[in-house]
Amino acid sequence: MRGGTDGPTDEHWVDPEIIRPYVVTRGRTQPAHGRFDLISMALAVGPPPGPDAGLDPEHLRILQLCREPKSVAEIAAYLDLPAGTIRVLLGDLFDRELVSAQEPQSEVDMHDMKMYRAVLDGLRSL
Amino acid sequence: MVFARSERPRLPTAIKILVAGGFGAGKTTMVGAVSETRPLRTEEVLTDRGIGVDDLTSVEAKRTTTVAMDFGRITLGNDYVLYLFGTPGQERFWFVWDELAEGSLGAVILADTRRLADCFPSVDYFERRGTPFVVAVNCFEGAPTFELEEVRLALQLSPSIPIIMCDARKRESSREVLITLVKHSARLRAEPVGS
Repeated sequence: MRGGTDGPTDEHWVDPEIIRPYVVTRGRTQPAHGRFDLISMALAVGPPPGPDAGLDPEHLRILQLCREPKSVAEIAAYLDLPAGTIRVLLGDLFDRELVSAQEPQSEVDMHDMKMYRAVLDGLRSL
Repeated sequence: MVFARSERPRLPTAIKILVAGGFGAGKTTMVGAVSETRPLRTEEVLTDRGIGVDDLTSVEAKRTTTVAMDFGRITLGNDYVLYLFGTPGQERFWFVWDELAEGSLGAVILADTRRLADCFPSVDYFERRGTPFVVAVNCFEGAPTFELEEVRLALQLSPSIPIIMCDARKRESSREVLITLVKHSARLRAEPVGS
């Protein structure tokens, strides 16, 4: 039911920018499994899914982007969707074993001298 | 590991460094100068943990806020990818910093000598949290020049915290700042401690 001529109509109240992420995930706000950090890395694995795989265009775009390792933050930026939405979609792909993921270096791993050396070597060779 | 799979292809591990400082101190400029792509932007919906940052709207126990963050990427060989995140400038987003600072290698605090006081909150925050940080004085044209030790005094930095001059627009200069931070963080955290 729409609002009558007397009352305020609410059909324009919701910003489409808010609706899009919601529709893309069908209202889900949490991935089915795992917790993808903003800098968890994802990589597409296995053969590309066929048209009958039941994937949405956004899923396919993520798979395309992740032919090279990409972080959740990067995927979100390239697809212009909030990071939370990307987490849900990545969860779908992870469940179907279409992506593999790597969690970031954690606070407890920050004592690893090998990591510091690799980062310094990498920065020096830029 | 949540993501363990038997035949997993090799994926790099991501590391993050935060770039903090007052509004207009050159955070996004520095991120762009050293990154392999133009600065990207991501939006994160975060839950305010209610640390009393915004007393006018404290009616709700829990709020969510969407925060935009600029970031860049540097691929370091096959094993690591470094992400640089510009921290959101507004003080009411402190709670975002906690999520960002968690697991970070360290932070660069960019100081602008025209508005030195703007980086006090960042210095306080990273000191309190125990996150390794360096202070990089961004040399803006026409800005008053100070001796680094004067800046150290003004910011009440302990002698152990590195402080350097930089030009955030320059790749080479920004890279030196990152190298200084990584060395500092390694000194503080890598085992054996203090060596």
